[in-house]
Amino acid sequence: MSEDQRTSLTVLRRLGGLTGLRLAGVVVLLALALVFPVVDPSPVATNYGVYALIFVAVASAWNIFSGFSGYISLGHAVFFGSGAYTLGITARDWHVTGIGVFALLPLSAVAGALIAVPFGLIALRVRRHTFIVITIAVFFIFQLMAYNFSFTGGSAGLDAPFLPWGAQTYNNPFYYIALACAVGAITLAWLIRRSRFGLQLRAIRDDEDRASGLGVHAMRVKLTAFVLSGAITGLVGAVWFFYLTQVQPPSGFDPLFDLSVVLMAFLGGLGTVSGPVLGALIIEPGQLYLTANTNGYISEILLGSLFLVAVLLVPRGIIPTGGEYIRRLTTRGRAAIPAAASAAPQAPTEPAPVREAQR
Amino acid sequence: MSVLLRTDGVHKSYGGVRALDRCTIEVGEGTVAGLIGPNGSGKTTLFNVITGYAKADAGEVYLADRRITNSAPAKVFALGIGRTFQLTRIFPSLTVMENMLVASQHSHSGARKRAMEQLEFVGIAGYHAAPAGTLSYGQRKLLELAYVLVADPAIVLLDEPAGGVNLSLVNHIAARIRELNAAGTTFLIVEHNMEFVMGLCDQVTVLDSGTVVAAGPPDIVRTDRRVLDAYLGEDIEEAEDDPAPAEGA
Repeated sequence: MSEDQRTSLTVLRRLGGLTGLRLAGVVVLLALALVFPVVDPSPVATNYGVYALIFVAVASAWNIFSGFSGYISLGHAVFFGSGAYTLGITARDWHVTGIGVFALLPLSAVAGALIAVPFGLIALRVRRHTFIVITIAVFFIFQLMAYNFSFTGGSAGLDAPFLPWGAQTYNNPFYYIALACAVGAITLAWLIRRSRFGLQLRAIRDDEDRASGLGVHAMRVKLTAFVLSGAITGLVGAVWFFYLTQVQPPSGFDPLFDLSVVLMAFLGGLGTVSGPVLGALIIEPGQLYLTANTNGYISEILLGSLFLVAVLLVPRGIIPTGGEYIRRLTTRGRAAIPAAASAAPQAPTEPAPVREAQR
Repeated sequence: MSVLLRTDGVHKSYGGVRALDRCTIEVGEGTVAGLIGPNGSGKTTLFNVITGYAKADAGEVYLADRRITNSAPAKVFALGIGRTFQLTRIFPSLTVMENMLVASQHSHSGARKRAMEQLEFVGIAGYHAAPAGTLSYGQRKLLELAYVLVADPAIVLLDEPAGGVNLSLVNHIAARIRELNAAGTTFLIVEHNMEFVMGLCDQVTVLDSGTVVAAGPPDIVRTDRRVLDAYLGEDIEEAEDDPAPAEGA
């Protein structure tokens, strides 16, 4: 067996061990999430659970586009609010009531995807700061439309159909629906990150022009990710609306929503699969707790402060920084890989007669 | 010998600066062609126009007989033109293997096998799992060459492949180019290292102010008075001391 083959085998074994450990961790976390409403069935606890899972799903959806491609969207509330309004409008106009409303959820995903197409075709023509500014502008256009169109209910907004469920267990179905959304979004993010499509997105994040020069159809790849992200966010927006039972323009199209989602991803680790999940599980329950137990503005001040602390202490996020720290500990004292130039065979080249050529 | 790559009267201006002016070059299939000229003569601009990174104001670009003028970079690459950049452009947050797979057009398992072969060919296979951002400048040059090759391009445009790397690596790169050329790959190389160009190229084209001032075998071009004027100006005094080459031109 050659040295290279032995090295590859060792790397594979290590990866296999890590995958097994990770898989076990995922199974345990999923089991804990499934039994959470059984262990603590109080509406206060499950309310925390529903909101945390809603934001886990949204942060993962945002990460599929922004985290992987590097295009930071501050306009995902467009999809969230549109998903909420789509459910409210269709349920109202088609006279759908009770649990039948849940059958309308896919329409909100479709609405998110459909809005993402023209939104993306315009915004994705520009990059970096200009892209961010355009997403903010589109966000305000949608908020203004929600205020001013009659079919959105104007500033009064929309109410969700009534669900005749008992107060003690009302949250549980929403908890499991939000859990399904979160698991779906995380799984999709994981699959994309491992796929050729995900690789192309990450190449775009590093150097879009170079990726194009290597055969990556950048616009097509970015738009596909934007549409997928918009669809999931729209779907989750509808779940949020049905759970909350109402939506108004400032709550459906909320600038703090976008900032919170971005902070979740940054805190946990932009572009990683687990980072935005961890960020959402830290920030959303924290915000809920502070909002419930202090004056409302305290949570917003702390949110801004947390952002600054994250930028100062863990600029790459908790997961990448922690991973690097562990890697440093586990690889301490190991020999470095030999330098490429010495590993490469020396060229059997004859020096060209340059002096002679110029003479 | 058929012509694989041809530009025909290409014009390109940036504001008031004319970067390319009626620029016509031909690269024969299976050759190693050199493109030289002083700084600002339009070499990289011509690469950009050929590969779709810049749009030509006028003129045409052909790959074999196919017109590819102002095609998108992704399309140009798919048609069989790969290129490297003067300042290496890799994907630093991806691993070396992932860098290779971005360019690969093969299926998953086939792509990995092919990518590893190319990494072994250029001599950096030991780094396949390392983040590309941790590579040295010379290793990045080799990675850039490797991932351009992974898609089996018909012609490779190399922008200063010997720039900023040590002599042993320059020789290593030159040997790889020779091997690939012997296997049928055509090259067009921009380079300031005259030793590298004259020792490697079958044909050399000289650009000055966006215009072709000379073209031909290295032996002929290196003695051309216009080339000495435009590119090797510092050698003119020496040439005048020894009038034979100038007269020969």
